[in-house]
Amino acid sequence: MNWATARKLLPFALLALGVAAPFALPTFLVQLTFLWIMIVFALCWDILGGQMGYNSFGNIAFFGIGVYTATIVQIGLYQDVASYTAAAGMQTISLTPDQYFTGLFVGLAAAPLLAVAVAALLGFALLGLRGHYFAIATLGLGIAAGELAAAWTFLGGASGVQVPVYPGSLESGRLLFYFLSAGLGVATFLTLRWLYTTRFGLAMNAIRDDEDKAEALGLRTTRYKVIAWCIGAVFLGLAGGLVGHIIGFIDPREVAFAGASFGVWMILMAILGGKGTLWGPVIGAVIFHAMRELFWTYLFGWQNVAMGVLIVIVVVFFPVGILGWLRRRYPQLFVRDVPAASRGAAE
Amino acid sequence: MDNLLLLIQAPSLNVQLLIDGVLIGAVFALAAYGLALVWGVMNIINVCQGEFVMLGGYVALYVARAGLSPFLGIPAAMIVLFVVGWLAYRLVIFRIVERDLFISLLATFGLSILLGQLMNISFGANIETLDAHLGTWFLLAGTVTVAQIKVVALLVTLVIAGLIIAFMRRSRLGQAIRATAQNARAARILGVDTDRVYATTYALNAAICGAAGALVAMIWTISPFSGLIYTVRSFMIVVLAGLGNLVGVIVAALGLGAAEQFVGFILGAQFQIAFIFLALVAILILRSWRLRRQRRYLT
Repeated sequence: MNWATARKLLPFALLALGVAAPFALPTFLVQLTFLWIMIVFALCWDILGGQMGYNSFGNIAFFGIGVYTATIVQIGLYQDVASYTAAAGMQTISLTPDQYFTGLFVGLAAAPLLAVAVAALLGFALLGLRGHYFAIATLGLGIAAGELAAAWTFLGGASGVQVPVYPGSLESGRLLFYFLSAGLGVATFLTLRWLYTTRFGLAMNAIRDDEDKAEALGLRTTRYKVIAWCIGAVFLGLAGGLVGHIIGFIDPREVAFAGASFGVWMILMAILGGKGTLWGPVIGAVIFHAMRELFWTYLFGWQNVAMGVLIVIVVVFFPVGILGWLRRRYPQLFVRDVPAASRGAAE
Repeated sequence: MDNLLLLIQAPSLNVQLLIDGVLIGAVFALAAYGLALVWGVMNIINVCQGEFVMLGGYVALYVARAGLSPFLGIPAAMIVLFVVGWLAYRLVIFRIVERDLFISLLATFGLSILLGQLMNISFGANIETLDAHLGTWFLLAGTVTVAQIKVVALLVTLVIAGLIIAFMRRSRLGQAIRATAQNARAARILGVDTDRVYATTYALNAAICGAAGALVAMIWTISPFSGLIYTVRSFMIVVLAGLGNLVGVIVAALGLGAAEQFVGFILGAQFQIAFIFLALVAILILRSWRLRRQRRYLT
């Protein structure tokens, strides 16, 4: 089998692997679920960071909005939210399966909507900033969102929110969220794959290469930037809605607006795999997630130190990423099939 | 909003908050000046600034625990942090000096996480404070209290600022630093060892942060993970003041300190950190809007 056909079959093989994995490795189900979430993280960061050259530290804000919205909506459909959060976990909520699933899907619909609304509003204000000013402003945004959530008593303040318990068995709940996460990961990937082939994708790359020239050529750059940010927010909001249920508890700073963990990881994964490529973030997410689990297992106590070292090493020594390096080393692997007809025309 | 009414009914509270804010702002000015120094000379935004501050605080804490005067902690923190800064430069920073700004931003962010975690492991996650055993002055018939240590902090800040200005203006190395900031290539052609200049600048910045940290430990609290907020404060102050404007940095820092005190009092302490980060976002947005009218942007 030559490389060209292998490359075509590879996605299907991976997809089959993704479907089979939860049954083959039931003990790692939660880690596998998070793997898909990590893939969504890396892909969403790469929309702006890789394809458009706008490095955001604040994408975690949309994730956090998703986490809170999905859960608060689910609770709010059946109970008074303020009194529930005021009880800080002392008051339990038990939903019938019907109520639970209605709430879950209404919540999962509301989460991306709110995330996009916030992204659009903030986008028009923030995306006029460039370079490191944008990066620092988004860093501030991510942390400010977490602090606001921690200070807002309606959202449970610093003590967080207890997510409603899944009405079925533990196993079936985990499987459900595995497949929801996997579906989200695949949907994100396919959407971005399509997006990067369109005119919109070209415009994003043009903004990365030279924003002033792109603007001079008549592209409304701010509009493109805001839309790209909103697309990222859709998937991050959905991912947030799922993660709230997977973890089962929302802490404002450690789960929802976890800038120092999820927020940094998404950048690191995209860079590790190769930013500005479609497969790079996916590869980066898989490798990073595996490494992280190893750190947690073998370096317990020092795992966060190891993460810090890893960030510095990757950024300083390996900023091109795995795919970037492969592309430089083995360019023949990345040859695109050009149809014979257009090949003749080009010559 | 009850607290707002309180401010109007008891005017001396305003004086209290203002004095507190201005005295605390002096410490921010130190860290902000260090950030501006590294930014101006090396074109790096040093995100691990706040961790240097915290580390300085821990050095002072351990000096005091060893039975020495807490004020010895200030020079001790400066010396230790100078070494730390030098090491950080020799290990990591020199590789990113003339590279893409994003790489330096993320690499120093990685350093900040690394330092925070190392401090967490070595010193524990508890919030610590250092008692300098100084008294308190009571002004305006006892309605306004001023902790003497805060006044000392202001004085130390002024002394250090004066020393830095003298160093930059007078010493050969200070001149080399300024020359490198203006044009690194030209400086290199004229025989300035820019690598050494960068190393000194970065280590000097760390030392300044160390002094700030020792003061923070005495007037406030330190903990391994509260470094980032000092970075953000410094960045905000520098953005407000502009690079290479020491007077502006001090004014902006004192203003920020006072603003924080008032907001913390009116909205409640739990909003104080959120306010700082939101203020950062707001300041950047406002500045970029003003520039956008002239079709320019922040660079």
